[in-house]
Amino acid sequence: MSEFLQHIANTLILGGTYALLGIGLTLIFGIMRVVNFTHGELYTFGAYFVFLVVSVLGLNFLLALPVAIAAGLLLGAVIEFLLLRPMRDSDIDTTMLVMIGAMIVMQNSEQLIWGGVAKSVSTPFPETPLVIGPVSVSYLRVFVLAMALLLIAATYILINRTKLGKAMRATFQDRDTASLMGVNVQAIYTATFAIGSSLAAAGGALLGPAYVISPHMGDIASLKAFAIVILGGLGNITGATLGGFILALAEELGAGYVSSGYRDAMGFLIIIAVLLIKPTGLFARAERIG
Amino acid sequence: MRRFVPALLVALLASVPLWLSDPYILNAFITTGVFTIAAMSLNLLLGYTGQLSLGHVAFFGIGAYVSALTSLGFDVELFEGFHVVHDPWPVVYGFILGTVFAGLCGYLVGKLSFRVRGAYFVIVTISFAEVVRLVALNWVELTQGPLALTNIPPFTLGLPGLGYATLYGKIGNYYLVLVVGVIAYVVIKHLVQSHIGRAMIALKENESLAVSVGINVTRYLVLAAVVSAAIAGASGSLYAHYLRIIDPDIFLFLYTVTMVIMVITGGKGTLAGPVVGGAIFGAIPVIVRSFAAPEVQWILYGAFMMVIIFVLPHGIVPALERWFAPTTPKPERIAPQPSASAE
Repeated sequence: MSEFLQHIANTLILGGTYALLGIGLTLIFGIMRVVNFTHGELYTFGAYFVFLVVSVLGLNFLLALPVAIAAGLLLGAVIEFLLLRPMRDSDIDTTMLVMIGAMIVMQNSEQLIWGGVAKSVSTPFPETPLVIGPVSVSYLRVFVLAMALLLIAATYILINRTKLGKAMRATFQDRDTASLMGVNVQAIYTATFAIGSSLAAAGGALLGPAYVISPHMGDIASLKAFAIVILGGLGNITGATLGGFILALAEELGAGYVSSGYRDAMGFLIIIAVLLIKPTGLFARAERIG
Repeated sequence: MRRFVPALLVALLASVPLWLSDPYILNAFITTGVFTIAAMSLNLLLGYTGQLSLGHVAFFGIGAYVSALTSLGFDVELFEGFHVVHDPWPVVYGFILGTVFAGLCGYLVGKLSFRVRGAYFVIVTISFAEVVRLVALNWVELTQGPLALTNIPPFTLGLPGLGYATLYGKIGNYYLVLVVGVIAYVVIKHLVQSHIGRAMIALKENESLAVSVGINVTRYLVLAAVVSAAIAGASGSLYAHYLRIIDPDIFLFLYTVTMVIMVITGGKGTLAGPVVGGAIFGAIPVIVRSFAAPEVQWILYGAFMMVIIFVLPHGIVPALERWFAPTTPKPERIAPQPSASAE
């Protein structure tokens, strides 16, 4: 039982970050119909940004997260402007190939700049874990979960309570009508990709210090994010949030009770099973965002 | 004139070991040949049926592992006290089994994944390849996991009565890859120029129209997947017995990307496309290696792919064909005009 509770605690911490990744991707995939293969690289980018800020520049750890989010926002806007805007009317396979090219360039640039050796970041949190009954969690991971929940809440408010969010929802439902109503669809696309990218970077910035940072950490982060998006249904933010926690639970239980080597296989088995049984996702209502 | 280009190319390639002695370059020729065969098989799915399978490396790796394990033998305990023991077989059987097994996997994956299209199909195929990679990594008893399968025997070819030859060297493997490549090319050429190929192209152009004229979509897609997977498995087998060591990294997504880049750059849906693309991306590492780190090679691959999609979205071969088309008039075949009569 105590082992199970520990798995649940780990699930919550991992799931918060997965939810961030999933929400970012479901926004991009839902609104822009772009299969964003660079999502995992933006996640890696966020993690390395924390390393840069804390370990190289020697600044405060608490400063690293907002800086990484801002950097992700900027990089996402640049990618969208340079690569996706000229491809706006291409079919989904073509933009997918462009994003794969971008993924390879980004991943190998990271390896070229930082080297293949995994890095770790020192944090101001105490080494001794927080013990609640049978469960023990490090303070850093509690911080990770708190920040992830905060960012999820901020995204909810952004999508549901702001003018930009309303324009994004309108573009998701019907691009042409939104455009006729005076929504600047090009700007919405750039904003969507930038916000989605910054959420991925935030995920890396949170989870990177909790584990180690390596150029290949994003390899399957993209695919895990896809698993979450597929679980939750396209463009469904609540679905992506729940999907993040479900994937984390499946991984924790799979690693804990089946075999730790198959931890990463859980996401892929979920993708295959969901797509073959209920391709619209577990939480699909109608095709709408929010 | 154009009919003789493939024959001339084969003759030229067959003469390579006669005037080239640098073992590094010959090695590059062999691995490029192996990946070109894999790219040709991917082109059948990507170029002719229009399905972007990004899990193609799974079939390549399955062919490699099945072939290697058949020739090495194994002893696996499936349940408590229930052993599956296999004694080493000749490599040729491994090659055949690897090809057949990969084709079988192509059938199963095709049956399952062609229920979804577009982005979802892509994600299912990637997921399949990743699951296979994780099995290869974790089923240590069978695959040695990250320790790799080593001492894989090289190909032994021969006819009873004429003696046998074991292909330890590069030259023998070079000719083997060339022969398999030519066979794969001929098989794919005959397939796509038959009524099956026309059905596949009809599917790619307009799936609902193809269905309405009575083309059984799933049947042709699965058929393409089987042939494609089997050829990929054959190339994987060649790779395993040439390198004589394989590890789960053979399933890395980057290898699928390599095949995709070759097909896209050369020209998807053309017979010559994967060969042209294979030659280009086989040459890049050889040239880049002399002055830069391996990461730079990959950065160039990625950048090249983006540039090609922006500049030549149909690839090099169709662009060349258009370039040369006006100078070679073809009176008997008038180019179809995109006019109202097609509607």
